[in-house]
Amino acid sequence: MALRMWASSTANALKLSTSASRSALASPAFSLARSFSTVLEGFKYASSHEWVKHDGPVATIGITDHAQDHLGEVVFVELPEEGKSVSQGNSFGAVESVKATSDINSPISGEVVEVNTKLSESPGLINSSPYEDGWMIKVKPSNPSELESLMGAKEYTKFCEEEDASH
Amino acid sequence: MAVSQTRNLGLPLINLLRLKGVPILQQLHLEERLLRTSSDNWCIINDGTIDPTIVMGVSGKPQELLEIESILRDDIPVIRRFTGGGTVIVDQGTIFVTFICNKDTVPGLQSYPQPIMSWSSLLYKKVFQGIGDFRLRENDYVLGDRKFGGNAQSITKNRWVHHTSFLWDYEISNMGYLKLPKRAPEYRQARDHLEFICRMKDYISRSSFIDSTIEAVGSEFLLRSAELEDAHCTLGSKFEPSSRLLRKQELGEAIFKSLTASQS
Repeated sequence: MALRMWASSTANALKLSTSASRSALASPAFSLARSFSTVLEGFKYASSHEWVKHDGPVATIGITDHAQDHLGEVVFVELPEEGKSVSQGNSFGAVESVKATSDINSPISGEVVEVNTKLSESPGLINSSPYEDGWMIKVKPSNPSELESLMGAKEYTKFCEEEDASH
Repeated sequence: MAVSQTRNLGLPLINLLRLKGVPILQQLHLEERLLRTSSDNWCIINDGTIDPTIVMGVSGKPQELLEIESILRDDIPVIRRFTGGGTVIVDQGTIFVTFICNKDTVPGLQSYPQPIMSWSSLLYKKVFQGIGDFRLRENDYVLGDRKFGGNAQSITKNRWVHHTSFLWDYEISNMGYLKLPKRAPEYRQARDHLEFICRMKDYISRSSFIDSTIEAVGSEFLLRSAELEDAHCTLGSKFEPSSRLLRKQELGEAIFKSLTASQS
């Protein structure tokens, strides 16, 4: 895949790119734009392809550009209610794409404080704007140190490359 | 014997569970439990299900997909299953084949919908070699341009299920319970059900299909015969499957929703 092309230009990876992807990123951090998938600096990533952006008392969670690209067009999203607990590595909801339901796993533990209700009418936001309008839940983290066990942008980029290359 | 043992070295183990006439809701509950609480690979073949039953995907809306008044009049059960995909009506003429695997079981297979779909089609290609013009068309198994097998999947962090309902035979009248879906593959080209589907019995006998499928599975896995009791033994007791029968009240409310939508 195009990921191999990206490996050779990792040295230039911190160049700001605003041309990447289909999403209108309002205020991206440095982005590592690749031909097919975008990975954002400043976010943390799980090996199951969810991202988390920690901002003060609240963390926002969604699925990555790599994930939405591999899943296909999302037609339905199942999300928890506010007040529900989520735990690191465990499923909190699902997306339906093609003919499949796919679990979404929480990168961190905590309490759901807000759910993106736009996704019930517009599940395709996950495809068009996975890091912005396609966010899924906001969580009050119960154990912020869990963020340290997640991958940063460069590590996640490499992880995706290796995963795609081995299949 | 030594040659076949050598051939099987390195193949992943799969439990083969052969059922006959098990009600589809029971099958779905078993599949979901095995997906979520077992760590083994499973191939389940259910040869027919007793009563005609409508099975919708996880997000199916009855008012959009079903002729509800006829369904209520004729007392046809409607199930919402745990996997994605479309709506089918299944009965004794349906043969179900299900794969439940760990994500690293099939070498080089990424556990996303399209790769799993492609992998499954290669397996069935072996079954239909020389029998008919079999292919995977978008997400359906077709002979020529007619669908005879519908697929659906559920993917978790470490496992996936891919199940298929094969139309070995069907009742024409049963197709009248299903509306033309809004979301349909391009190749369907707005054909109604009877112009879109075909019967597998016109190509292959029931027993040949099942035997050939088992042979094809055996070329990629080391088969271990299992009984239903074996499957139940491995299951965690706390897990509650999500596939369920819709209540008549829910179907009635769906009629109301469709009337309200048409008036607005």
